[in-house]
Formats: sequence, C-alpha cells, structure tokens
Amino acid sequence: MYQTNYHRASSIDEATAILAGAEDGKFVAGGQTLIPTMKQRLAAPSDLVDLRHIGDLKGVSVENGEVRIGAGATHAEVAGDSTLGTVSPAICHLAAHIGDPHVRHMGTIGGSIANNDPAADYPAAMLALSATVHTSKRDIAADDFFVGLFETALEEDELITAVSFTIPEKAGYAKFPNPASRYALAGVFVVKRPDGVRVAVTGAGEDGVFRVAPFEDALSDTFDVSALEGAAVPADGLMSDIHASAEYRANLVAVMAKRAVEAANG
Amino acid sequence: MADVSMTVNGRKVSATVEDRTLLVHFLREEQRLTGTHVGCDTSQCGACVVHVDGKAVKSCTMLAAQASGSEVVTIEGLANGSELHPVQAAFKEHHGLQCGFCTPGMIMAAVDMIRRYPQGLDEKTVREELEGNICRCTGYQNIVKAILAASASMRGDAARAA
Repeated sequence: MYQTNYHRASSIDEATAILAGAEDGKFVAGGQTLIPTMKQRLAAPSDLVDLRHIGDLKGVSVENGEVRIGAGATHAEVAGDSTLGTVSPAICHLAAHIGDPHVRHMGTIGGSIANNDPAADYPAAMLALSATVHTSKRDIAADDFFVGLFETALEEDELITAVSFTIPEKAGYAKFPNPASRYALAGVFVVKRPDGVRVAVTGAGEDGVFRVAPFEDALSDTFDVSALEGAAVPADGLMSDIHASAEYRANLVAVMAKRAVEAANG
Repeated sequence: MADVSMTVNGRKVSATVEDRTLLVHFLREEQRLTGTHVGCDTSQCGACVVHVDGKAVKSCTMLAAQASGSEVVTIEGLANGSELHPVQAAFKEHHGLQCGFCTPGMIMAAVDMIRRYPQGLDEKTVREELEGNICRCTGYQNIVKAILAASASMRGDAARAA
C-alpha cells in the first residue's frame, strides 16, 4: 500500500470538508473493497476519510410504508434487522449473502452502491426497488444513479447518506455466486408492486446493473414462474470472462429470475 | 503518522504508526501478538480474523488507525490462563486442525459464530458461516465437528449457570 493520510470524521459536514481539502482523497466506509484495492496499489488516495464514526449515517428505519437504510449500515446489520426482515425480507436475504461473515461486519450499503461493482448485489436491489439514493447534496433516483462500470452519478465530494424505498408488495433475490469470490456471476432482484414488476440484473452486464423489460412485461401480466417459461435475454452486452461466457451468463439470468420469482412468491 | 490506542486482550496499548499500517501488522509487529496470521493477504482466507468491538473482522482489511479506540481480541486473548477457551478445547479434542496455520482465524470465527447463534448451530449453518475461512489441510470435517461440539458444550454451560 502506498502512503496515505488517515482522517476520522465525526459528522457528514466534517467528512466532506476534509475531502474537499485533500489532494486526492477518498471516503472509506467499511473499506472491504477500498483497502484491498489500495493493498494491490490499484488505488492510491492521498487521504482517507473514515465514515464509520458518523452517527447520522447509521441505522435502519421503517415508517409509513417507507424503508430508510443509513449509508453506514453494515451488511450484517441489514441482514439481521428484524423489522426489515418482516416488511422486506428479500433485502435481508441479499445482505446475508454478501461476501462472508467478517466482510459483512464491516462492509456497508453506502460503500457498495458508491463503488458500483458490476458484480455487487445491492445495485440490483436498489434498481429493482426504485430506491432513492440520498446524498450530502441531493436525492438521486436509482434509475439515474448507476451510470456504468464502477461509475455512478455521484460527484467527487458527494457523500451518500442513506437509501430509501417504498415497501414492495413482493420481492425476491437469487444469485449464482462465483464459487471462489462469492460475487454474483448473475444475480436477479425482482419486485412486484401494484403498478407493475421490475427486474434488475447484476453480475452479468458489461455496463453493470440493468433491467430486463421483456421479463418485467411477462411478470406484470402473471407474477408466476410460468410467465418466464422460455424467456431469455440476449448474450449481447453481457460479460464474458474466465469465470463464465456471455451465453452462460444469459442462461443464468433466466434461471436466477425464475428463482427470484419463486422466492418472492415464497 | 497516526497515534493509535486501543485495548488488545484487555490491555491498553498505544503506538505511533504509519497511517497505512494494517491492523494485522500492528498486532503482529508492534504488539508481538503473532498468533494472528497473514495467509492470503487478499481478504479471502480468514487466517487474520480477530474481534473488533465484539465482531469478527479480517485484520488484514482494516487499518490500525480505523481500529483506534476499539476493543480488540486476538487468539491470545481467549484462554483463561492455562485453561483453554471451550472452542480451543473442542478443536484440540476433535483434532480440528492439521498444520494449524488457519486455526487462529477459524477459532476466532467460531467464537463469533457461536455468539451469534445462541439458539445453537447445525452443520449446514456452520459450513455456510465458514465461508470466509479457508483450510487447505483438513477438508473442514473436524473443524465443523469441533465448532458443533463447542456450541453444544457452551450452551450446556450457559444452561447450567442459569
């Protein structure tokens, strides 16, 4: 790891101020991606602004049909939140299957979506749930937030403070994890609401998370696995690497979509 | 440079270290607590697992500065004098190790796991929970056996105490 300067922020304002004064600073939340990346010298921020001690970023709340998850909520906290488990168990299931127990004790939802790894789990949930990403500057709809590979609508000095979404009627998530890394080779989050169904896919797209309109249309008519019988996504635009070809991922997307619907219909 | 101070195995320690110092290096090189191992150094193997504020984390994936102010427990902090912690005793009894390199991380992960499942553990859960700990010798059989036995004995002790 190259040299860096560590700062601990105690408030959102302090964090953004420290970053503004740094030459090439980065926020660090759980650090489960950033620290390994720095160790490999693939990232070399001049300054690290630690967000773990900012009270305003913590906590999960459910009020008037709306879920709000603080950006600093760890995967373990989301997975184990009993209220969230009652109203939206799919998001708890997703969080419970990120990385491993030790990573889940550190990694946060804010860090995950800010990083926008094309194989991360949370982006699929945010997109399918039509979530809102709250930042130190504004509110951003998930539809506008995830721009491309490791790229989001966030500005350099903008900090995610929370995400929120309306409790869905039904939701389900299924992923096929890479046996070594546990990142999704394909992960599908399905959400049913009175006005229709949204299907978002992670792990498979060359440009990161994406929606599948034909699956959404079929499931909006009949929210049942049978609606996806014979349904397929084209391999064009899907990732191809040593772990899986684009064709294989295309098949996984259809299979995981069916499993996600099964999970949602519980 | 960063001034870090934390409680390690019940003892207050402080040092001035480079900001980039990883917690595992702080523990091994500054505190000379070499029971915590560096296996893969890429956040996969879990040989470096310690407890920070009561939660199992990979000490190769956390800066010492991030842990400043925290309570840290390493494998050296589990035994009560010459009396092994029940999980250590179970690993010995069930031969949950061969070369022993992964054992400190396995035991720290197991203690954390047993604490999170006070209602008890089954084999499937133990295997899933060991996702972040790699052993290249045992095939995990005796590690799983040891954790299940430790969980059962610790629940029995808790029940007797109640």
